[in-house]
Amino acid sequence: MSPSTLTGTAERQASGPPPRRNLAERSKKLRSQAKVRSRVRSVLFHVVSMIVTVILLYPAFWLVMSSFKPSHEIIGNPSPFSSEASFDNYAEALEGLARNSFWTFFTNSLIVACLSVVGVTLSCSVVAYAFSRIKFPGRNVFFVCMISTMLIPFHVVIIPQFIVFNTLGLVGGRSYTAFIPLLIGKFLAADGFFVFLMVQFMRGLPNDLDEAARIDGAGHPRIFVSIMLPLMRPALVTSSIFAFIWAWNDFFAPLIYLNTPNRYTLMVALRQYVDPTSGSDYGTQMAMAVLALIPVLLFFLAFQRMIVGGIATTGLKG
Amino acid sequence: MATQLASKRPPLTPGRKRLRRRSAFAGYLFLSPWLIGFFCLTAGPMVASLILSFTDYDLFNRPEFLGFDNYTRLFKDPSFIQACKVTGLYVIIGTPLKLLVSLAVAMLLNNEHRMRGFYRSAYYLPSLIGGSVSVAIVWKAMFIDHGVIAQIGQMFGGDGTGWVGNPKLTLPMLILLTVWQFGAPMVIFLAGLKQIPQELYEAAMVDGAGAFRKFFSITMPMLSPVLFFNLALETIHAFQIFNSAFIISNGTGGPARSTLFYTLYLYFKGFRDFEMGYASALAWVLVIVIGIVTAILFKTSNAWVYYSGDAK
Repeated sequence: MSPSTLTGTAERQASGPPPRRNLAERSKKLRSQAKVRSRVRSVLFHVVSMIVTVILLYPAFWLVMSSFKPSHEIIGNPSPFSSEASFDNYAEALEGLARNSFWTFFTNSLIVACLSVVGVTLSCSVVAYAFSRIKFPGRNVFFVCMISTMLIPFHVVIIPQFIVFNTLGLVGGRSYTAFIPLLIGKFLAADGFFVFLMVQFMRGLPNDLDEAARIDGAGHPRIFVSIMLPLMRPALVTSSIFAFIWAWNDFFAPLIYLNTPNRYTLMVALRQYVDPTSGSDYGTQMAMAVLALIPVLLFFLAFQRMIVGGIATTGLKG
Repeated sequence: MATQLASKRPPLTPGRKRLRRRSAFAGYLFLSPWLIGFFCLTAGPMVASLILSFTDYDLFNRPEFLGFDNYTRLFKDPSFIQACKVTGLYVIIGTPLKLLVSLAVAMLLNNEHRMRGFYRSAYYLPSLIGGSVSVAIVWKAMFIDHGVIAQIGQMFGGDGTGWVGNPKLTLPMLILLTVWQFGAPMVIFLAGLKQIPQELYEAAMVDGAGAFRKFFSITMPMLSPVLFFNLALETIHAFQIFNSAFIISNGTGGPARSTLFYTLYLYFKGFRDFEMGYASALAWVLVIVIGIVTAILFKTSNAWVYYSGDAK
């Protein structure tokens, strides 16, 4: 029911019983008025929404257009279009920096993001099963602990963690072990958001299925693998999407833990491009920024319904 | 006590006891990844950083016990005071502004219209990419001297200087960046608006309530739990702003320390100057401040958050 027809009803009721002969005429008039009003409302809605869309997406549009412009025009020329548009910036961005090609950084980011997805889905689903389906002493206390870890700023644990990983020789190596400090938390369900999301989802699943399985003699591992995991697919997909995007965009931890250029993730490499001492120009920065955003944008286009739906149901942060 | 319990519940048979023990075993087995993570990556390091905060430690020499020196030093440290000021302003101005915009847009989108899904997704996109280094680079390039924003400013009589180099304008620039990401709270508001029963509005309409009255007497009270959730979440996040300030100031917190946010200062002390003890004290002050702010939010929420009977 649209609000305008409702207003119409209210007005009719408010004005008291009209003379009978006018009734048909009046209702016709009111209906056409309501129609006009709803049309006006709709046009207004789209005008306002479009203006907001244009303002919001302008920076993204500006970035893409700038990535094709030569450096001096990016700053000097406010018009998004350039007569000298070319792919030169991209060619330069792909060359990379410090003798590491763009693809090295890209692969590093991809490894970290994919392993994060594996870690989060494996560990958080198992832990969520314990919280939502098994009764054991101390469960509620641990659940409260899990929730409160979501409120604690990461910065209070990063220093001791860094000291330990540094003593173990895991900080800034040339080999892939440099990724261990970034990934270990993902495999130990340290991100409460994902555990919470899966617990909420599992609590919504009917108990009958696992009870039936238990009567048939299945233990928890069996119930988890054969019954819960298949049913949890929507929650697993949502978690995977966010785990990937967050790991891809992560900057603080990689900045601290990765300090050999051949193990830089894209975000850390991007930061080097901004550094004036590395002597790169705006054109290359823009092209790199676009390339770094492409995987996230692809994920968004492919899964936008699940991403927005996941936010709405769990209150996850983007 | 024991007899009372025993009278209420029949004593467990050996079989049931075994079942319970097995269930407890399975519970801890499934919980074990989180338990290890909690003690080794969260609880342990928290205790360690609390201890470190009372010491002087540079990663190479043995930690030296200082007592409360790190904490007393904080309040005499002009950079710390500046960091608190910048971060405080950012939280106090940025968060309400962001929530206001997200609520307004959520109200706009809460009508049945075509393309509503498209708008919702389009508005959400900045939240997804806003924290990334790419967007910080874009922001910097747009707001720099003679950049696109400065050129627009020139049309209105500006002098063509950008916001990036002006200590008075860097904070507004970063607040704009966070307001730009209003999509995430907006989606949560939209979900909340959907939960409000239509009958309430219909009843209000019959009573002759206008749009204004409906908003303040129905929408706001019914939405207050969601508003509270968003407020708590966004406040906690705002305290921890790092990426954009780091990139835009090129890892310096400048110009004139105007982007020296709390976490940036913590990073400088811990990972540039390797003053691990002092940085730990900084981290613990942040934890305590966030804890106090969250506690205040929860305490005052009794006064303005309305929980209707059926909602838990």
